Amino acid sequence: MIGIEQYVLLSALLFLIGGTGFLVRRNVLVSLMSIEVMLNAANLALVAFNRSRLTPGPAQSFAGQSHSGQVFAFFIIAAEAAEVAVGLAIVLALYRLRRTVRSDDADLLKN
Amino acid sequence: MNPVEAAYFYACAALALAGALSVVVAKNPIRGAMGLLLLILSIAGLFLSLHAQFLAAIQLIVYAGAIVVLFLFVIMLLGPNAATPHDRRGVGTRVLGGGLFALSGLAALLAVARAAVAAHRVMPMPQVDPTFGGIDAFGSVLFSDALVPFELSSALLMVSVVGAIAVARGRQGVKSLSRAERDVAQSPPEPAKQAEHSGVFSHEIDAGSDGAHVKESSA
Repeated sequence: MIGIEQYVLLSALLFLIGGTGFLVRRNVLVSLMSIEVMLNAANLALVAFNRSRLTPGPAQSFAGQSHSGQVFAFFIIAAEAAEVAVGLAIVLALYRLRRTVRSDDADLLKN
Repeated sequence: MNPVEAAYFYACAALALAGALSVVVAKNPIRGAMGLLLLILSIAGLFLSLHAQFLAAIQLIVYAGAIVVLFLFVIMLLGPNAATPHDRRGVGTRVLGGGLFALSGLAALLAVARAAVAAHRVMPMPQVDPTFGGIDAFGSVLFSDALVPFELSSALLMVSVVGAIAVARGRQGVKSLSRAERDVAQSPPEPAKQAEHSGVFSHEIDAGSDGAHVKESSA
């Protein structure tokens, strides 16, 4: 039987994988993709909790069922699109300046 | 709850984990992007099983249609330089940080899972209205209770588009670089890289900074 627990467990595992990748990998592109993985895990947890707790509330409800988690996930998707656009622009600017996409070569503020 | 549903969940979960692992492990960023695509598709499948049809469609359109394609554009634009060469600098620090994060996360995960197993029950999912998560229900929430953040998110997207264009476009031409930027561009991170691109690019910088060199090379 599939309950909320399995979804939250999967979401936590995905978040762990993404976070570890963000810390270990040095390619900026892979770091950005790891952030995507983490945000997807958060989205999954939000939607799963929304599905398991359908308490009718005064706010954000339709036919007596709350959509708060799904609305949160929607805004996370919008924010993430913005983040990726700006992040990839920064990657291109870094590449133009230093001819590299390694995150530890971006040390212009050092010294 | 029938076994088909459980099989669907476990298939999607396995695909999502495989996709996430290949994002993190892949040497070639193209394979990483393909893993991200697999992860996104299987998360969209899980959204469907969670009665979030509208979000599943949004996930497919925005992630698979826009974000992954944007990643692929940038990887193709960088060409072979998108894959960083292997070197061992600072590998200990990174592995230590990542390992500590993974271990603490796994410990927290095990504690929660043990508590859930000890409770001897799985929280059943409540019954839902058939319209739950559909575009009409979601839309009516979005345009009534979540109206202000929705409008603010349009401003966020607008600002990010302008910012992305401004950052990615940069200043046109090497001659318009400031002195500090020229110094930075003249001292690339590695000697090997310097030999690789000491063609037109650095020649133009030299021509901009001292005139004697220009005469020498044109003579």
